Amino acid sequence: MASFHGNKINPSRFGLGQLKFYAFLIPLGLFMILPIVFIFSQSLKPLNELFLYPPTFFVHKPTFENISRLLSVSDITAIPATKYLFNSLIVTVIVVILSLIISAMTGYALSKKKFKLRKVIFEVNTIALMFVPAAVTIPRYLVVERLGLINNYLGHILPLLALPVGVFLIKQFVDQIPNELIEAAEMDGAHDLIVFWRIVLPIIKPAMSTVAILAFQMAWNNTETSILYMSHETLKTFAFYMTTLTTTIGNNVAGQGLAAAGAMLMFVPNLIIFIIMQSRVMDTMAHSGIK
Amino acid sequence: MKQAAELQRSRLLHEEQISTQKVKWYKKRSVRNELAAYLFLSPYLILFTLFIIIPVLAAIGLSFTYFNTVQAPKFIGLQNYVNLLTQDNEFMMYVLPNTIKFALIVGPGGYILSFFLAWLLAQIPRRSRTLLTLAIYSPSLTAAVAMAVVWLIVFSGDSTGYLNAFLIKWGFINEPIQWTQSPHYLMPIMIMVTLWNSMGVGFLAMLAGILNVNPEMYEAGYIDGIRNRLQEVWYITIPSMKPQMLFGAVMATVGTFQAGDIGVQLSGANPTPQYAGQLIINHIADYGFIRYDMGYASAVSVVLLIIIYGFSKLAWRLFGEKD
Repeated sequence: MASFHGNKINPSRFGLGQLKFYAFLIPLGLFMILPIVFIFSQSLKPLNELFLYPPTFFVHKPTFENISRLLSVSDITAIPATKYLFNSLIVTVIVVILSLIISAMTGYALSKKKFKLRKVIFEVNTIALMFVPAAVTIPRYLVVERLGLINNYLGHILPLLALPVGVFLIKQFVDQIPNELIEAAEMDGAHDLIVFWRIVLPIIKPAMSTVAILAFQMAWNNTETSILYMSHETLKTFAFYMTTLTTTIGNNVAGQGLAAAGAMLMFVPNLIIFIIMQSRVMDTMAHSGIK
Repeated sequence: MKQAAELQRSRLLHEEQISTQKVKWYKKRSVRNELAAYLFLSPYLILFTLFIIIPVLAAIGLSFTYFNTVQAPKFIGLQNYVNLLTQDNEFMMYVLPNTIKFALIVGPGGYILSFFLAWLLAQIPRRSRTLLTLAIYSPSLTAAVAMAVVWLIVFSGDSTGYLNAFLIKWGFINEPIQWTQSPHYLMPIMIMVTLWNSMGVGFLAMLAGILNVNPEMYEAGYIDGIRNRLQEVWYITIPSMKPQMLFGAVMATVGTFQAGDIGVQLSGANPTPQYAGQLIINHIADYGFIRYDMGYASAVSVVLLIIIYGFSKLAWRLFGEKD
């Protein structure tokens, strides 16, 4: 019988035995964030440093030149970058709010309501977890066109709202709420919406945060709706603007600074939101299993 | 005595009343529930039908037609599938092998890597774990379009590209290499870049799963004769977190097939140079939006959906708790 040295998973203190894990994880962590550090560094480089040969990794004299130039001029499309940014903000905020409400309502109903199609709908949703929108770009385009959403803000929003992963995560989380709690409230005469709003929502906040992050990432990074459904330049989003910046990069070193600044603007909101919500995310993930 | 019996009877009566009330309440509740349930579900069901179910069904329908977007679709039976299997040289010679290679390395590779990293992270205390998790997870927060900038600068084909400059400086090469335009290097670069940002939601789920395994299970395992950490992972950790393993596997599958655009972004062309980085997703875009043969593109879409479904079924077979 081998001896049991106590549980080593999730230790509460640092121990010498953990050094080997650090020895592997720290270099790897550094390697993983290297490209991100590079974006920051590149976006802060003044023009003469961008032209340096051999190229340098870190910036020497950081400036905000690239960022202010990105936001003030419009090299490529004759429309200021701030317009794209504004579109992205509006679309992202609406998508996050609506998809949260919709996913929460659906998750709650699938978990706590008894009705005939419950099992079927949940199974279909679980299969839809593997749905890859890019695979059906063409019929999706036809649907969007039929609905009259071409060159319409709603064309950015509606296709992103059905989020099977969001529904799935919230449903798994609502499952943790004891039925008695909801029945007690209902017996006291609480209306469905009140039960949902006052009892369910406060408990599933961690899951909501997680879904908010996923919805945010999806909407903020989305280029497809701009490329496929919008032909008016003024309706396109910042993520789309990024693609035009990168395609012109090849023959334009000065453009590198601009593109890096844009990439940084794309990344920073994602990072901030994740850092704020990370403990809630881990809480949700504990219940994320597919049974 | 008499009083006590009376009391007992009235109590029983009262209880009976309450229980009939309860039954009535439950009945009313179940009717109300059914209605309320559909009200709660309706926004999602409508959107889900419009943007997921109808497109999938339409793809299947269109795959049996010739459709050039100008004229109405013309039914041609299985012709598209026959062409796909017999006429489409690029598909058989490049696209399918590329996709299989890419999917096998990025899918299971990224998945195993995710699990391995999550397991390593579970071995260190909370504070440093949070920091390192953030470092490993943050690449998946980046948008592919935004990161294309970095890759284009790093893999730039002239001698000012970072990788070229580095390799020339250390004497590995004498001439700059056209990384993203070269049929040799495009695929490895695509795989590396995709692996780099594949530690996403599935990775977090598996980390949470490992952390939540009941510690007593390990104790019991060691009493039953588990000898090393590898056995511990195999006989205790993985079996106790099957649901998270499955969720991670499904996420890995989706991530793999969604990442297909990267080759076109890196090389700036569809089709990619000599079809070196051409994946099914790019083939669909090529036929759908460049050659406007939507029927054929739909047939390719259907094949892709079937492949994805097959991958996920495999994951279910491995980790599903019920068959």
